[in-house]
Amino acid sequence: MEHLIPPIRRIVVDAEPTVVVPPEGAPAHDGGNGIALDRLPAAPRRRFRRDDAPGRERMRIEDLSIKYGGRPAVTNVTLPVRQGEVLGLIGPSGCGKTTLLRSLNRLVELTPTATRTGRITIDGEDIDAVEVTRLRRRVSMVFQQPNPFPMSIFDNVAYALREQGSRKPKRHDLEPAVIDALERAGLHAEVQATLSHPALRLSGGQQQRLCIARALAARPEVLLLDEPCSALDPRSTEKIEQLIMRLRDEVAVVIVTHNLQQAHRVADRVGFMYLGELVEYGSVDQIFAAPQEQRTRDYVSGAFG
Amino acid sequence: MGRESTSSWPLIDRIGLGLAWAAGLLLCLVASAIVIYMLVRGVQFLRPGLLFSHPQPELDQTKSGGFLDPLLGTFILTVLGTTLAILPGVSIAVWLSEYARPFWLARAVESGVEVVAGTPSIVLAIFGLIIFSQHLFAPFSFTAEGGAVFGRSFFAAGAMMALIALPLIVGATREALQAIPRHVREASYALGKTKAATIRRVLLPTARPGIATGTALGMGRIAGDTAIVVILLGASLQLSSQGSGPILSTLRGTGSTLTSYVYNNSPAGEGNAPEKAYAAAFVLLLIVITLNFAVDLISRRRSAPAWNT
Repeated sequence: MEHLIPPIRRIVVDAEPTVVVPPEGAPAHDGGNGIALDRLPAAPRRRFRRDDAPGRERMRIEDLSIKYGGRPAVTNVTLPVRQGEVLGLIGPSGCGKTTLLRSLNRLVELTPTATRTGRITIDGEDIDAVEVTRLRRRVSMVFQQPNPFPMSIFDNVAYALREQGSRKPKRHDLEPAVIDALERAGLHAEVQATLSHPALRLSGGQQQRLCIARALAARPEVLLLDEPCSALDPRSTEKIEQLIMRLRDEVAVVIVTHNLQQAHRVADRVGFMYLGELVEYGSVDQIFAAPQEQRTRDYVSGAFG
Repeated sequence: MGRESTSSWPLIDRIGLGLAWAAGLLLCLVASAIVIYMLVRGVQFLRPGLLFSHPQPELDQTKSGGFLDPLLGTFILTVLGTTLAILPGVSIAVWLSEYARPFWLARAVESGVEVVAGTPSIVLAIFGLIIFSQHLFAPFSFTAEGGAVFGRSFFAAGAMMALIALPLIVGATREALQAIPRHVREASYALGKTKAATIRRVLLPTARPGIATGTALGMGRIAGDTAIVVILLGASLQLSSQGSGPILSTLRGTGSTLTSYVYNNSPAGEGNAPEKAYAAAFVLLLIVITLNFAVDLISRRRSAPAWNT
């Protein structure tokens, strides 16, 4: 059991990763309760890669500012979002990291008072020029609270795939894509016999992986995660963290987290935000081990936040 | 942790507590008195034959038949009224919960629903009679020889009964919609769904128990209303169809319900057949209590889809 729960400790320079990942080929440890970490081939740590040449740029945030009413939430942020790596956004509560995340799929527009300046592009195209429902299929999102819809597991995953028009795809047309998404989310083995059961009967951790499967089903280019583990227990958190590290090769992942250790474990690049500003952006090793800014140094060492 | 002793309470609080207990017990007493009295009377006077025979205009009580027609009338009117009310009721609730812009219009719609809810049914009945006596609405009842539109039919009564059920459906549906956390709606938008698709595929299915609760409550109110039946349904002893065709003719025709039957047969009405009034009242009570139990059942199952907020 001890090896599953990372010790709570100050993040020190060059700390070893706290998630224990079984080596390739070794049987997945089941923590003694019989739930195997199914279909999760060990995610390579690849720490050596983190400072390597950056991956392909999928989205770019340029000089982005967002205000709610007159109150600035995000100020002049410029950031790249790359495939093949996990971008972690850290910072204290109310620093604008969730607002920044929600601007990437234009969910921030649902707030009537929000105004935005600056540019966000996806594959070079301004996201304002992309039809919003298409953009959100390309830039999918998972929320803080697991929120499966009150329908079956299958229907939840198929939800994004069913077209809004009059033509309804049949269940067996959707089945391969649904199963594929469940497999990628590491949930298929647990639910394959119960696909028609209500999704809300799953455990919290399973619900959240179902939400990830639901978000992956439309084959997005970017996956946004807004504190996806904050409502979960350590074991579910570990499963989701492994999943995130495995997914970074197929989608660009952006994760907002309060949990510094989690950012250290899963992120390849980290942006530290404070009072709406992007204070520092760099590789995970640089942000945690050799931050350039005093505020970053204070935050990652636990001086505030 | 022992229970708090009331002996240390100020006198006024002890009196208050005593009154609260007394009020609760009194209500139980009243409710059980009604049910037990009606049960005794019902068992005493209710014969299965009454449920299956038509009422006859006879003074001799052995020949005046049962209350098949009023029973059917209650069912027809209840189904018609709720059917007419569900679509507008759910639509109003969705609009109030999901759109509600501009603000002044939302307030106006809210007040409108409240006004309809607060209007006594006798006022709705008179209002309906004026409306349905217009020539424009002649197809919904029938035109007498002099050219006057009769204005009394299942259609007319059903339309006004829909107004009785409407506020209950709006209220229950709206409450169910507002209980859905915002992040569930956002999760649907974040998957590239439009607002309309989100309402149709996520919100309405989630609110279905709420809609069912409101509908069952509305059915109970319709089954129990008398004023609209007496004024707008004609309160004719038997179902009397107008025109041809199996269903439409009945709906265009007049009839009565258990409430008007009870009224007419009680000493207050023209007929003097209290035995039959008791039997019919007992059946009506059973119908309404069953509907209320249905509401309880539905709302208890409602707790199933629970997200953390």
